[in-house]
Amino acid sequence: MHSGFPLFPEAASTMAGQVDALYVFLVAMSAFFSLLIAASVVYCAVRYRRRSADEVGGSFHASMLLEVTWTIIPLGIVLFLFFWGARVFFLQVEPPANALELTATGKQWMWRFQHPEGQREINALHVPTGQPIKIEMIAEDVLHSLYIPAFRTKMDLVPGRYTTLWFEATKPGTYHLFCAEYCGTQHSGMVGWVTVMTPEDYEHWLAGGAQADKAPAAAGADLFASIGCNTCHVEAGGGRAPSLRGVFGKPVQLASGQTIVADASYVRRSILEPPADVVAGYQPIMPTYKGQISEENLFKLIAYVKSLGEAGGGPAAQPQAPAAPAPAAAAAAPAAAPATQGGAR
Amino acid sequence: MSAAVAARTLRPNYLNAAYGVKSWLLTKDHKRIALLYLGSVTLFFAVGAIFAGLVRIELLTPEGDFVSSDTYNRLFTMHGVVMIFFFLIPVIPAVLGNFLLPLMLGAKDLAFPKINLLSWYVYMVAGSLGVYALIQGGADTGWTFYPPFSTRFSNSPVTLVALAGFIAGFSSILTALNFIVTVHRMRAPGLSWFRLPLFVWSLYATSVIIMLATPILAITLVMLMLERALHLGIFDPTLGGDPVLFQHLFWFYSHPAVYIMILPAMGIISELVAAFSRKRVFGYSFVAFSSMAIAVLGFLVWGHHLFVSSQTAFAGTLFSVLTMLVAIPSAIKVFNWTATLYRGSVSWQTPMLYVFGFLGLFTIGGLTGVFLATMGFDIHVHDTYFVVAHFHYIMVGGTLMGYLGGLHYWWPKITGRLYPEFWGRISAILVFVGFNLTFFPQFILGYMGMPRRYHAYAPEFQVLNVLSTAGATVLGVGYLLPMIYLVWAMRYGKKAGANPWNAVGLEWETSSPPPTFNFDVAPVVDHEAYDYHRNGEGEKKVAA
Repeated sequence: MHSGFPLFPEAASTMAGQVDALYVFLVAMSAFFSLLIAASVVYCAVRYRRRSADEVGGSFHASMLLEVTWTIIPLGIVLFLFFWGARVFFLQVEPPANALELTATGKQWMWRFQHPEGQREINALHVPTGQPIKIEMIAEDVLHSLYIPAFRTKMDLVPGRYTTLWFEATKPGTYHLFCAEYCGTQHSGMVGWVTVMTPEDYEHWLAGGAQADKAPAAAGADLFASIGCNTCHVEAGGGRAPSLRGVFGKPVQLASGQTIVADASYVRRSILEPPADVVAGYQPIMPTYKGQISEENLFKLIAYVKSLGEAGGGPAAQPQAPAAPAPAAAAAAPAAAPATQGGAR
Repeated sequence: MSAAVAARTLRPNYLNAAYGVKSWLLTKDHKRIALLYLGSVTLFFAVGAIFAGLVRIELLTPEGDFVSSDTYNRLFTMHGVVMIFFFLIPVIPAVLGNFLLPLMLGAKDLAFPKINLLSWYVYMVAGSLGVYALIQGGADTGWTFYPPFSTRFSNSPVTLVALAGFIAGFSSILTALNFIVTVHRMRAPGLSWFRLPLFVWSLYATSVIIMLATPILAITLVMLMLERALHLGIFDPTLGGDPVLFQHLFWFYSHPAVYIMILPAMGIISELVAAFSRKRVFGYSFVAFSSMAIAVLGFLVWGHHLFVSSQTAFAGTLFSVLTMLVAIPSAIKVFNWTATLYRGSVSWQTPMLYVFGFLGLFTIGGLTGVFLATMGFDIHVHDTYFVVAHFHYIMVGGTLMGYLGGLHYWWPKITGRLYPEFWGRISAILVFVGFNLTFFPQFILGYMGMPRRYHAYAPEFQVLNVLSTAGATVLGVGYLLPMIYLVWAMRYGKKAGANPWNAVGLEWETSSPPPTFNFDVAPVVDHEAYDYHRNGEGEKKVAA
């Protein structure tokens, strides 16, 4: 792909131009100051070189005007850069509301991705152009960091907490995907490829060769039943635990008096550490599922709870047997989901 | 005349005052302790440099084919640990600071000579543990020890290495304590704070940082060892801990540690630029206060290491703006040093060549720090070779250039002999050229997207890596030469005399090498630092 002596990585996302613009400005600013210093040093070193062994220098050694000048000018420049850099940063960490939501887990030394329709990939990621993609991520063991240079973006994966990364690809092609946070022996082998496709090709890919699983929300519904969550979390209400219908993305009143927004992190914590945030009006009777549910299955359960949330907060419309699978419609829903946890962590 | 010379050479000095191993190992003389440190840090530098060399050989080709991944990970980890904890942090304070602080203050010794010796022994205990850990295979966590990899997953002797770092910290604390008390209590009559050489100011600022920051590292490393040994859940989320907490604690020390490394070098540059321009440092009080400003601001910027670590965007914003502010005192220093040259009597002797090199490299290192403080830019280059290049420009281009310049400048004072000027200049040029060839390509590699700590890499990164390895070879020669000719000069160099540079400063008013108690007559100071016009005759000889 590259040959010769490239100085820029490929630019294939909406953010790439923004970051490159910062880079060009920073390089120009640095070149100016470096050359200014270098030229001054060379000029003085030559012009005022020592001509006799007992010569001493002049006595010009203080100037408030100069001190103020070379304090104020750099201060102005760095503050300007701070504001510009912060603006680009907030664009990079706040996913648009219409982003397509994928999930990723990192473990020594492998990347796993799952698409909202259920397709799973290892060390490869297929995405369409022109569509913001938001990836909800977690590490299964040690720290990792998802880095796609062509998109100029990167975010750490942390065990025990969700992080998100988003991008919108602009140019079809194949690009590096690296782990950027040192993670042990095969760190430099924890790499893969991002394939950016036109939306049509992407649809084709989804329908075709990809390793298709059940959509996460549907798979989550199955798990919800097989683990037995539904024996207490009765969807119609009236169970020993709250109904999860219409909960996701909404504020929840806790027994402690606090109010907390039921985002992915909240649902995850409620499964792994149930006594942490008990809903007001319920007893802390739920056992912990720590160590019993994999991160990927947690993502599925969250997708299911999320699909229940989108079903609306009204009275349950389907007072059916608890073991019933979730509505298949949930599979296609995420595109319309509000980005409740967007980049806030 | 010749009789007088003979009498002077027979004059007792700190080197010939006593002989034998015991006279060195039990010495309380700050100058001898400085030489003990010189020997030890040089040894560790050589070890760290060999690791760096092996890393560079591996990176000649994209495939990981020279050593195994495990070995490679241990090499870069131990390169970092050895260079930071056993070379860069102690090198200038413990060697040149130890030797010069009492001389510059007109004092007989440091305030606590026995504590000074103790600090060297503590350093050696830590160093021996570090060497033992190396023999055990060395750690593979990176010098940053991030959990949960370091506490639950790594099979390498992490605890030993962390313990070595923990103990080395106490050596720093003892030296810093000694320096602070010495500066407060041992100044010669008339030597007020604003008459102090700027090297003393920078050592003072460094000591304050060491005293305040090092205990945090100690606590953090203890928590790490406890979690690793006893599975206390502090950082590991499966035990209820928080891995990001470690990053906060670690960088709360380790970012100020960057200033522990660079501030003393800045102090040396101030001394050299004055001596080799024969002129008072431009904006003396601005240079002095900028050291203190860096010491204070340096404590408020650690979060810029966590821009992509899941820290909140609000925290990131705050750390970004504070980091930008650190650029200001650094810029003030560079501008003032440059202005010092103006209408100076500028010599091109070896120490000054290191100053020129420092000004260039530190400027680039500092400016690329502004790149990294710019959050939107940092996301892309975080944990890439851009960062590696940036901190090597500061630590090697800054600290090491300052140290080498200072070592050449004060070598005649330390040994009583002059180093060979020709070889000095050659090696200064080799270091400058080799350094740039090694590390400049790494900026480009980082922007191209090559992550750091990669044993094998994508083929398109090879050209720049080969350039970098070629540069490291030149750099290696540039370091080897001074090791040879400085040692050679101790025996065969020309006799230096008390003040070979015609420099102003109390250390040049005593003989070379100085007597055990530094001054035959306790000095009294009645002039400013760098007062090259003291004799009233200067103006006539002012450079055109």
